[in-house]
Amino acid sequence: MADKKAPIFLARKSYQRRRLRDASRVLPVAGLVLFMIPLFWLQDTETTRGTADAMTFVFAVWFVLVVIAALLGKPTQESENGPDKEKKDGDVL
Amino acid sequence: MSFNLLLVIAFLYAGFLFLVAFIADSRAKSGRAGWLGSPAVYTLSLSIYCTAWTFYGAVGNAARNGLEFVTIYLGPTLVMVGWWWFLRKLVWVGRAQRVTSIADLISSRFGKSTPLGVLVTIIAIIAATPYIALQLQSVVQSLAVFSENSGKPWGAAEVNRSALWVSIGLAIFTILFGTRNLDANEKHHGIVTAIALEAIVKLCALVAVGTFVVWGLSGGVRETLAMIDASPISEWQQSGGRWAGLIFVSAAAFVCLPRMFQVMVVENESESHLATASWAFPLYLLAMSLFVLPIAVVGLDRLPEGSNPDLFVLTLPLSESKEGLAAFSFLGGFSSATSMVIVATIALATMVSNHIVVPIWLSSQREGALVSGDVRSVVIGARRFSIIAVLALGYLYFRSSGGGTALTAIGLISFTGAIQVLPAIIGALFWRGATRVGASAGLTVGLIVWAWTLFLPSFGVDAFLSQSVMVSGPFGLDWLRPQALFGMAGQDPLLHGVFWSVSLNALTFILGSVFSFPTPLERLQGAQFVNVFENTAGSQNWTPSAAAADDLLIMSQRLLGAAEAQNVFQNAASQQGKTGYLPDVTPEFIQQLERVLAGSVGAATAHAMIGQLLPGATVSVEDLMAVADEAAQIMEYSNRLEEKSQEQERTARQLRQANEKLTALSVQKDAFLSQISHELRTPMTSIRSFSEILQDVDANEEQRLRYAGIIHDETMRLTRLLDDLLDLSILENGKVVLNVQEVSLEQLIDRAVSSAGFRAEDERLRITRDAQSENIALKTDPDRLSQVFINLISNAAKYCDAERPTLAISAKKTAHAIVIDFVDNGSGISVENQNMIFEKFSRLTDHRKAGGAGLGLAICLEIMQRLGGSVAYLPGQGGAAFRMTVPYSLEA
Repeated sequence: MADKKAPIFLARKSYQRRRLRDASRVLPVAGLVLFMIPLFWLQDTETTRGTADAMTFVFAVWFVLVVIAALLGKPTQESENGPDKEKKDGDVL
Repeated sequence: MSFNLLLVIAFLYAGFLFLVAFIADSRAKSGRAGWLGSPAVYTLSLSIYCTAWTFYGAVGNAARNGLEFVTIYLGPTLVMVGWWWFLRKLVWVGRAQRVTSIADLISSRFGKSTPLGVLVTIIAIIAATPYIALQLQSVVQSLAVFSENSGKPWGAAEVNRSALWVSIGLAIFTILFGTRNLDANEKHHGIVTAIALEAIVKLCALVAVGTFVVWGLSGGVRETLAMIDASPISEWQQSGGRWAGLIFVSAAAFVCLPRMFQVMVVENESESHLATASWAFPLYLLAMSLFVLPIAVVGLDRLPEGSNPDLFVLTLPLSESKEGLAAFSFLGGFSSATSMVIVATIALATMVSNHIVVPIWLSSQREGALVSGDVRSVVIGARRFSIIAVLALGYLYFRSSGGGTALTAIGLISFTGAIQVLPAIIGALFWRGATRVGASAGLTVGLIVWAWTLFLPSFGVDAFLSQSVMVSGPFGLDWLRPQALFGMAGQDPLLHGVFWSVSLNALTFILGSVFSFPTPLERLQGAQFVNVFENTAGSQNWTPSAAAADDLLIMSQRLLGAAEAQNVFQNAASQQGKTGYLPDVTPEFIQQLERVLAGSVGAATAHAMIGQLLPGATVSVEDLMAVADEAAQIMEYSNRLEEKSQEQERTARQLRQANEKLTALSVQKDAFLSQISHELRTPMTSIRSFSEILQDVDANEEQRLRYAGIIHDETMRLTRLLDDLLDLSILENGKVVLNVQEVSLEQLIDRAVSSAGFRAEDERLRITRDAQSENIALKTDPDRLSQVFINLISNAAKYCDAERPTLAISAKKTAHAIVIDFVDNGSGISVENQNMIFEKFSRLTDHRKAGGAGLGLAICLEIMQRLGGSVAYLPGQGGAAFRMTVPYSLEA
């Protein structure tokens, strides 16, 4: 009966780990785009947003990046300890 | 607070750092590293990114350019968060190749080239010297602030003297803890722990000052934000190009700075540390940057006009008479400066000694690598000398620059110099086609353009470049103006310089790589670097040669020390299953040894030293082909396995068949034996019973005669049977002697017909023949062949069940043999019996009628095989039909 619920393709855990890896690849790109946003405020002279707002925004994005990176980092480091301890875990999907 | 008290605190703090480093080193040495190798220590050690430039300079930068300061920390944040893209591979390569420095990485990747290592080392020194000077300057300036505060403003003499003492102190610390062991690849636990401690101190100091500013001076977060908006900083005219450009520069510098490479790659112990640092280090940067803008704004607001914003972190608490906080802040700045200088010095000294001093020393030794004596002392001496030299350079730069330039400006110039290595590193890790020529050309072009557009102008007008050169270019060449290269005027000078230096660098690198051809070693290393995740085991670089193991041992002892070298050799020997200290000089062993040596003196030097012992042992194209494509090897191996298993399957099949045959033969033998005894017993029984009757006196003469006749018949039958058996056994064993003669087929058949007891027009069996077709000459054993004919003819006479039995004999010639058919007009033999008739003792009808033992056709088959022909049943002829093929000529 236990077979019934077994995943058909890849083990669910490693599949999820790979998707998290994908997500952690996107993270810096998303961060870069978000960090550019205050520049647009400068173009727009009508808004009242000043340096304080920009600072708040940048630091908020920064903190969110840290939190997401921490959440993503946890599962990816399982069973991967570098070239000496584990032989191979390539980027193949 | 008196200045002397501050000095005492500084000395106590420095002494404490010595103690921590010492304890950590001895703990690590005794194998109780424990938390020393934890991810937290690794993350904190990365904080040497935040130097005095951050601690003091960020506030100054914020006071001048507003929020722009934050870009310097956003770049590294993005790199760390995206560690899966780049840093992970860098760390893997660094550990797999036992890389000792960034120069070693590039030199190792591009064919273990010494000149390339020298080039990168030079770039690193040029870029780092101003930065080290900057740290000295910040320590001295902060000391001067306290001195001034206590009523004794410093003159130039005091400034220079204190800078000298700080340099000397740093040199002592670095030499003590940075050159304890030769293996730069080994972890400097003492230094890393001290740096981690300093990281905590500087963070706490900055946060303490920040907390004091936000809640003590401004009155809360809301008020602080309002103050920021109200301050002149808020007239923020950020150029988008500069914002993005600085994020790029800082991200690149984070990877390329030699000191960052040292802590991030060389001191790295496991990938999991990097995974933790990927979020923990951005968090650290965030905390470091959080209070920068408030401190700058409040400093601008409270401190008198014209005070140096670079020192707000110190002067703000001092002006509010918070001397304890100011002292703590001083320690923070001191920590930032010293930790950076120590690591940068170690990194640079490793590069200088491995890529410049040791190669020069080696080539000056005419005896080559194989002389007695400890090279370790030479290498360690070179490293110590390099440490002093690097610090001396920094001090001299400090003296010559006069310490006037704003901290941020120097820091950025230094950063842009360091990132000239970026194209080569990216190419090294991701592009197998990158070559040494391309890398050298790119680095050279980048260095020159950077020096022209950024470095030389940074000394100020008329220091190196005159005003006229700045305005109208050298020799009146307008398009070569340092800050308007190729006519790109009106740009931010920094952005302009970064754009041209990096893009021309990358372009030259790519073109150089595309149009040059790599050496085999470059291609090998390229494959190992780019495919580091698939290929961590490495591949052989050396072809086996006559180099004796003891030569290698002598050389290794000089680099690693006797005990360590013997250990390495003994382990290798025991891995090969040998006892003692001398393993076989296999390519694997050589490569392993080269890696170990590379950990001490860098890849290029280690390669060169082993090269001296293994003359001519260079990578050949055959080696490349053999090892470069490991996948091919694996495929070949699996193919071979498959072949083997197929072969085994074939053998198994053959064995199975043989077994079946044997079983069948055994069954046949049993059947034959029982047949034979049966055949012998039947006539014997009748002979016995009739002879018993004969013994009976009652029988009359007529009966006796009849019985004697029967006994005679049965005896004849037995004799015939035994003759047949003997005949068959002779034929089967191949012992038959053939008497080959040239005969005519017609005569043969004539003889056989008459021997069988028939005339041409016989009532019992009419034999039809075609004399014309039988006119064939052949070379064979006539007696044996006619024996077959007789057998077939008498069989037809016996078994043909037609009313008027007729046997048609016909012959015809084919290309290779004569075909003779015997066809009668009986009912023939059923299909299922056709296979049986050539077996021994097979009789289809009652054997009484046949009067034979059923050996006739079996004998015929044997004879025909001996004669090189065959006999087979020919179905579909209307009666029983046999086809014989006889070769024209039997080679005896």
